[in-house]
Amino acid sequence: MCGIVGLFLKKDDLRPQLGDMLTDMLITMTDRGPDSAGIAIYGDEAAGLKITVQSDTPDEDFAGLDAALSGALDTEVAMRVASTHAVLTLPLDKEAKALAFLEARGLRVMGSGESMEIYKEVGLPKDVAARFGIRAMGGSHGIGHTRMATESAVTTLGAHPFSTAGDQCLVHNGSLSNHNAMRRKLAKKGVFTKTENDTEVGAAYISSRIAEGASLGEALEGTLKDLDGFFTFVTGTKNGFGVVRDPIACKPAVMAETDDYVAFASEYRAFADLPGIDAARVWEPEPATVYFWER
Amino acid sequence: MPVLDMLKTELREVNATLQAAAKAKGNEAFTIENPRGAHAMAVGLDGPISVTVKGSTGYYCAGMNKLATVHVTGSAGPGVAENMMSGEVIIEGDASQYAGATGHGGLLNIKGNASSRCGISMKGIDIVVHGNIGHMSAFMAQKGNLVVLGNAGDALGDSLYEARLFVRGSVKSLGADCVEKEMRPEHLEILRGLLERAGADAKPEEFKRYGSARNLYHFNIDHADAY
Repeated sequence: MCGIVGLFLKKDDLRPQLGDMLTDMLITMTDRGPDSAGIAIYGDEAAGLKITVQSDTPDEDFAGLDAALSGALDTEVAMRVASTHAVLTLPLDKEAKALAFLEARGLRVMGSGESMEIYKEVGLPKDVAARFGIRAMGGSHGIGHTRMATESAVTTLGAHPFSTAGDQCLVHNGSLSNHNAMRRKLAKKGVFTKTENDTEVGAAYISSRIAEGASLGEALEGTLKDLDGFFTFVTGTKNGFGVVRDPIACKPAVMAETDDYVAFASEYRAFADLPGIDAARVWEPEPATVYFWER
Repeated sequence: MPVLDMLKTELREVNATLQAAAKAKGNEAFTIENPRGAHAMAVGLDGPISVTVKGSTGYYCAGMNKLATVHVTGSAGPGVAENMMSGEVIIEGDASQYAGATGHGGLLNIKGNASSRCGISMKGIDIVVHGNIGHMSAFMAQKGNLVVLGNAGDALGDSLYEARLFVRGSVKSLGADCVEKEMRPEHLEILRGLLERAGADAKPEEFKRYGSARNLYHFNIDHADAY
């Protein structure tokens, strides 16, 4: 069992409240997943690339990190530290070099992109949200996950969301049964995963399809054919937000839409405090059907 | 009419109050406010009582209901009216997975759509869905009636025993051993009664009846190799 929440704003006036609304939704889903929690938030675009990194010893690892990276890349680097995570902002064309530098220093890269920041840790959702200050974050859309691990260890890297390409992320409720075979298939194409986790394979599959030219909708459609097992997936891209459930659809899902937002949750409880929810269109997404919204 | 507000009253206290009132057989009418998708609302009611839930509920609302009437003005989560014995459960919105599962009696009246596995293993309950139902509905259904004014999803009535399935719209596919059957006058009569009880705006003649071909009832020695 896991909990998923997602919020995609259609209008700009709710943007400053995105983190606040997502945090409440995430905490409501604590009893579906108390092991770990994570959130991907698509905030204001930086002038450049944002790389989110994690360290178990942030005081040591983040001290002087921006200056060191700046020296290595010979460019300006900005850094914002939030607990065990740091978001580094740098020019887009320096991505490959920067990632190699950060990984060589033993830092875990959570994700990168022009808009997306990912924060995830082991612990109760309320504690995870508080240590990163998610409530204060604004943005256009975001996805959160509360984890009750079944397929792999309870670690920071095993928490969701998983990001396998710039500004793309995936959260998952369920378990994939052909993830090892798919991991090998992807590796043959040069797409490598970092963990033993099944969801990361799902994320890598979607990213590789998009890299090959598929739209978000087509990539999600592909999961129905190529991935086996139970899944309710919610995925984020720079401009979009998508949902797909496997054909058996035993993992719960409910959606709500108003003029202001589209919301996703594992259970209706997560919607109870959303503005205008009483008048919202609330429905259960159909099995084997792809839904996505793009701005 | 007593009002229980879930913003001020714990779920256990709400259910204990309702269960005690049901046992007292005073025919009381309760209103529950701010259910906020809570799980296991108004469960185990064992007596004549009327409960109106103003809003949407989570998992297992009105489970094991007996004699009571539970009316949800919003939508219901998975497992609404599971194992109902008698009484009536009315959902104004949609119902999620396995609505009315294993129900022995009473009427489950869903005004919106029901999703997958509606009426799975039903054992005598009557279910009327004014909208559509999802896949694998009435799987291994043993007794009772499932009436659908809209369409049915894949594998309707798979491995069905003796429940009657009435569908007005399309059926995406029939499950193993489920077949369309002749609508005889006694079926029209049953259907008329159910539509009337559920306040459904439809004529019995518009429906098709589906039931068990009864081919799975007995072990077939010719198929021994298949096992």
